[in-house]
Amino acid sequence: MLKYLFSRLLTFVPTFIGVCIISFAFIRVLPGDPIIVMAGERGMSEERYNELYQQFGFDRPLVVQFWDYFTGVLQGDLGQSYVTKRPVWDEFFALFPATLELSFCAIIIAVALGLPAGVIAAVNRGKFFDRALMSSALIGYSMPIFWWALLLIIIFSGNLGWTPVSGRIDLLYFFDAKTGFMLIDSLLSGQEGAFKSAVRHLILPSIVLATIPLAVIARQTRSAMLEVLGEDYIRTAKAKGLAPPRVNGVHALRNAMIPVVTVIGLSVGMLLAGAILTETIFSWPGIGKWMVDSIYRRDYPVVQGGLLLVALLVMVVNLIVDLLYGLINPKIRKR
Amino acid sequence: MSLRKTLTAAGLFALLAGTASAQSTLVYCSEGSPEGFDPALYTSGTTFDASSHPIYNRLTEFEVGTTNVIPGLAESWDVSEDGMEVTFNLREGVKFHSNDMFTPSRDFNADDVIYSFERQTVDGWTGEYFTAMGMGDLISSIEKVDDMTVKFTLTRPEAPFVANLAMDFASIQSKEYADAMEEAGTPEMLNQQPIGTGPFSFVDYQSDAVIRYAANEDYWKEGLPKVDNLVFAITTDASVRYQRLQAGECHIMPYPNPADIEAMQSDENINVLEQEGLNVGYLAYNTMQEPFDNPDVRKALNMAIDKQAIIDVVFQGSGQIASNPIPPTMWSYNEAIEDDPYDPEAAQQMLADAGVEDLSMKVWAMPVQRPYNPNARRMAELIQEDMSQIGVDVEIVTYEWGEYLERSADEERDGAVLLGWTGDNGDPDNFLAVLLGCDGVGGSNRANWCHEPFQELIVEAKTLSSQDERAALYEEAQAIFKDQAPWATIAHSVVFMPVRPEVEGYKVHPLGGHIFTEVSLAE
Repeated sequence: MLKYLFSRLLTFVPTFIGVCIISFAFIRVLPGDPIIVMAGERGMSEERYNELYQQFGFDRPLVVQFWDYFTGVLQGDLGQSYVTKRPVWDEFFALFPATLELSFCAIIIAVALGLPAGVIAAVNRGKFFDRALMSSALIGYSMPIFWWALLLIIIFSGNLGWTPVSGRIDLLYFFDAKTGFMLIDSLLSGQEGAFKSAVRHLILPSIVLATIPLAVIARQTRSAMLEVLGEDYIRTAKAKGLAPPRVNGVHALRNAMIPVVTVIGLSVGMLLAGAILTETIFSWPGIGKWMVDSIYRRDYPVVQGGLLLVALLVMVVNLIVDLLYGLINPKIRKR
Repeated sequence: MSLRKTLTAAGLFALLAGTASAQSTLVYCSEGSPEGFDPALYTSGTTFDASSHPIYNRLTEFEVGTTNVIPGLAESWDVSEDGMEVTFNLREGVKFHSNDMFTPSRDFNADDVIYSFERQTVDGWTGEYFTAMGMGDLISSIEKVDDMTVKFTLTRPEAPFVANLAMDFASIQSKEYADAMEEAGTPEMLNQQPIGTGPFSFVDYQSDAVIRYAANEDYWKEGLPKVDNLVFAITTDASVRYQRLQAGECHIMPYPNPADIEAMQSDENINVLEQEGLNVGYLAYNTMQEPFDNPDVRKALNMAIDKQAIIDVVFQGSGQIASNPIPPTMWSYNEAIEDDPYDPEAAQQMLADAGVEDLSMKVWAMPVQRPYNPNARRMAELIQEDMSQIGVDVEIVTYEWGEYLERSADEERDGAVLLGWTGDNGDPDNFLAVLLGCDGVGGSNRANWCHEPFQELIVEAKTLSSQDERAALYEEAQAIFKDQAPWATIAHSVVFMPVRPEVEGYKVHPLGGHIFTEVSLAE
């Protein structure tokens, strides 16, 4: 297992370098000059432009700029935002827990509902339940997130008043962010009702963010299960007289898990993409909105730093998925 | 948690829980996050709303709801005969805020003024507004006459100077705080934990989520501010802001969707305030190129544009037709000028008279939304349609925003460009000289229009100190502008501000800021 982990970690190095290059190049390939965007309609004298050009280091060869960036990254320095003039690192860590908390809740909802839904659909293949589930999954998968979120807000927050419209917690609660995770911070604050308020604020955004991964997981589980259910060993298990829940839940599900775990892992990338829209609508202070704003402003350090950190995160999740394969299927870990 | 935060939280809690309490909290659903809290570093209105308006004061201020310049931290000022020296008499007994790291040992004085401006002149300063307004070239020296008197010496007489000092970048910082932070090795605190003299003191900012302020109990203006706490709940989506306002999660929201305004106006839980914005959206011809160097051709094209249709479709009613390059809320606006009539037939005739046939041209459409132009693409399409009525073939082009700004400023630019301007200081010079003066050719003067008679008027107006005399010159300049038609003036936006009925004393500010000093909440 250790050897397996080590070989997986080795593949990190070239990927990491690649990500550094791509994140550096990506924003520079886009047309648009950050200094001119900064000046806006007002414009700027040539003199001032040249001064800033030099200050940002654009007058040096690209290779040198990249080398500076890369060595900075290795030392944990991602540079400073052109716009806010704050270190990228600080900004990322102020916002990232919010995205993580939201994504975590979303993935839990998606897995907790998607897995059983897929299994039940597979077991009842072709029956009403299967069809109803799979058509709702299709709808969920193709739903425009923006519209879906607004619809939920209008119904549950506007008309019924069950959930708050947006934000992470009621404005009346006010405490220091110790961890950045509102659920934990609200508990630590000891303020009455704070935790409940944080939970209520999480409900709609997590549902919205979970919608697409939920649909994907349900469909993937169903098809993986169907494949496995046709295998000989399932027939054997059934013939042995095992109870159907045990056959489906243990023998079949475990073998169907490999593709499902892959999909769950991939969903993490999808969640980060979906988080951009969800965070915008629910005024959720996470990294999705932060990155998009920075792209518009051509804030090079933030875009490249943010991309790099998100890519690292996806790499780590993939590593975890790979390790999980090993746990689920010993054949993989022995290879 | 500091004692102050605890108290603020307790106050909020008592208020929102409905218990008997004297605490009142005004919640503003702001449209975006501030870039920081040191206004001199930035140029965006969102940042100024969160920094310069609540936290700081300036030597002079704009009277809320108007563009009039009134005394701020300077009680009065004198301009020398030749207009080269401006001396400010500072207000006594003004106290700076304090925070966990800093308690001021003295009141506001001349050192703070000098520090606040001099820091913007050093090399490596990254704030844009000071330079963009030409302040670096304009100010030759700043002198401390005594503790409560400061003298600015200028390199030339410049009437808008006093109004410039009311702008956000001229906010007054505490030198004592800056020194303390410098010594502690944390100069960035000026931008993160701001200290000012304004009506509200900064309490806390959670990135992209909430900004909290508490009333400054020592505020130098008696009886202000009128609420105990001010909260900015950052809500970027306009539909969601509307929902929050309806649900009572906030009291005031800016920038509603034009499509929602009718529903808001009929909602008894929402009052919709409105005022013309201090801006103009225009189509600038390149007057250096044939046949657009001929004023008759430009006028003919102007007459082909159905502006009312643009107001209805693009602005959805939240705009008004512009006939002058400055908005009607600005002093010296020439009421007598009539807009070119919409008359395609006459336009076609004028083009024929000018000997122009089979004209084809480009119209540049901005890729971004602005108050003065919420949808440039759509506007360009309408203009394209209008032009085809008089036999002019229009091709619409667009670029990414940075590219757009850069390329459209090129003197060799092919085509007429859609753009606009939002006023900085309420002074007509800020429109007429910046956008139409000879110095701006190849830059902010997108029409590349340099017209002697016009230029002479605006140059002269800048050197006079009497507003009436200046206004007369600007009115004349507007008549020349209309006659020469370097632009098609298209629209001024109308700003709508939905507020809850319990909000009292809120005024829509023509300079675009959102200011809560005088706002109170009815029981």
